[in-house]
Amino acid sequence: MIRVENLTKYYGKRLAVDDISFNVEKGEIVGFLGPNAAGKTTTMRIITGYLAPTQGNVWVADHDIINHSLEARRQIGYLPEAIPLYTDMTVRSYLDFAGRLRGMDSARIIARTDEVIEICHLEEYVDVIIGKLSKGFRQRVGVAQAIIHEPAVLILDEPTIGIDPIQVAMTRQLIRELGKDHTILLSTHILPEVSVICQRVIIIHEGRIVAEDRIDNLSSMMSGSQRFRLQISGPVKKITERLQKVKGIINVSYEESNYIIECAAGQDPRRQIMDEMVRGGWTLLSMEQIGMSLEDIFLKLTAEEEADE
Amino acid sequence: MKNTATIALKELKSYLASPMAYIVTGIFMILTGFFFSISSSTYYETSIKGFLEPGNLLLLLLVSVLTMRLLAEERKMGTLELLITAPVRDSEVILGKFLGSLGILTIMLILTLYYPLLLIGYGDPDIGPIFTGYLGIFLLGSASLAVGIFASSLTSNQIVAAVVSGGILFALWFIGYTATFLPEAAGEFIGYLSLSYYYPDFMRGVIDTRGIIYYLSITALFLFLAVRSLENSRWS
Repeated sequence: MIRVENLTKYYGKRLAVDDISFNVEKGEIVGFLGPNAAGKTTTMRIITGYLAPTQGNVWVADHDIINHSLEARRQIGYLPEAIPLYTDMTVRSYLDFAGRLRGMDSARIIARTDEVIEICHLEEYVDVIIGKLSKGFRQRVGVAQAIIHEPAVLILDEPTIGIDPIQVAMTRQLIRELGKDHTILLSTHILPEVSVICQRVIIIHEGRIVAEDRIDNLSSMMSGSQRFRLQISGPVKKITERLQKVKGIINVSYEESNYIIECAAGQDPRRQIMDEMVRGGWTLLSMEQIGMSLEDIFLKLTAEEEADE
Repeated sequence: MKNTATIALKELKSYLASPMAYIVTGIFMILTGFFFSISSSTYYETSIKGFLEPGNLLLLLLVSVLTMRLLAEERKMGTLELLITAPVRDSEVILGKFLGSLGILTIMLILTLYYPLLLIGYGDPDIGPIFTGYLGIFLLGSASLAVGIFASSLTSNQIVAAVVSGGILFALWFIGYTATFLPEAAGEFIGYLSLSYYYPDFMRGVIDTRGIIYYLSITALFLFLAVRSLENSRWS
């Protein structure tokens, strides 16, 4: 549905996107993951026709964005990171304008407005001036304009940024539902978000794709070692020594009154830790598994890449 | 065509919903009304020259204020991203903006029609120069709107847009005045390029085809430049 081939973008002399290629198949929800300034927004802006590529091309539903830009754009619903709202318009008149821009006729706009209002839970705000809405509702209006013309492809740039946790959960739910009849490419820098919403993830770093895989494969790829954070009351030195003797634990460090332990893949030393603490007469206050953070993944991936070269 | 109409209508609506258009129209009405009443009561002339002649520079100024937000605000607010990723041509965006602002200009000029109506009511004015005078100020206004839209397409700062637009318009207006200092052929050439060169003819009641073509060409040129400038932002 989306085919990106050898896409390169320079801003002046700065290289923002470096020769990336990927596909998004029909019906897929693909997460575009990367830290800030990785080139996510630039890539999305090129796909939607907001920016022209320096090199390479993109096909949206078999229309390429250079020679058949209008046909390609007709297939896309786009929610930019900065939600493009006219703050002096009401929600209804804004959706009307967005629909007309996409070539819809009045009857269809009226029918679809009611539908998207319901989908995005905006019933009470239809006739409110957008400037008076809170960030979370503005974001929903942004989603509403992206889907009003029932596009085949949805491009969502950081759809959950800057809104409160409840609304983040609602938005994720909404995206999953939209995924039933849309092909979706969404960008985020939040790791758990892709695992909740997406079937596949493309990780981009400094303008290049560093990993591309299904979510289930990715997590196993990332595993290799596990980490736990412990809080224990008792003498630091003795506890550290004892922990180091537990089978499977590779490394123990003590920072900010927490013990961070690292253990080999496939090993779960938690029961043994408990036993050791009881034997020593110390109290285990808490024990939690530390997931791999996005930074860790990038460090790992980029380190691997450099090793390959 | 449909897209152009959509954008034009939206612009017209947002003009009517914001205070700026009312302030601009208000200032235009107060000042031209002042000029008109001074000149009619001083010279006992039954013509609208008193409104049209000082009205031109005022128009250049007010048009710059009127057009400054058209693209600069879209760029600043990020709504340009909605507008130019929609299946709409860049030329349709620019033409829509132009027609929307031309709508406001037309409303402004229609509101001044009571000056000639007063003259007709209380005297026996020559209708010819009134008609051509309005044609002249309308053409000058539309050329200025095109310049303003071009200026607004260059930046995300509305003030910069207004200053650039005012600068270009005043330069194009006063460049004609340098003609007297130049050798005859060069002076004449510069004169032809000036916004002020053909304007007096229209005030006198003369319809000079060259004048009409000149103002329409300036309008087309700057709208074309605005389209190019919008396209160009994709390549930044």
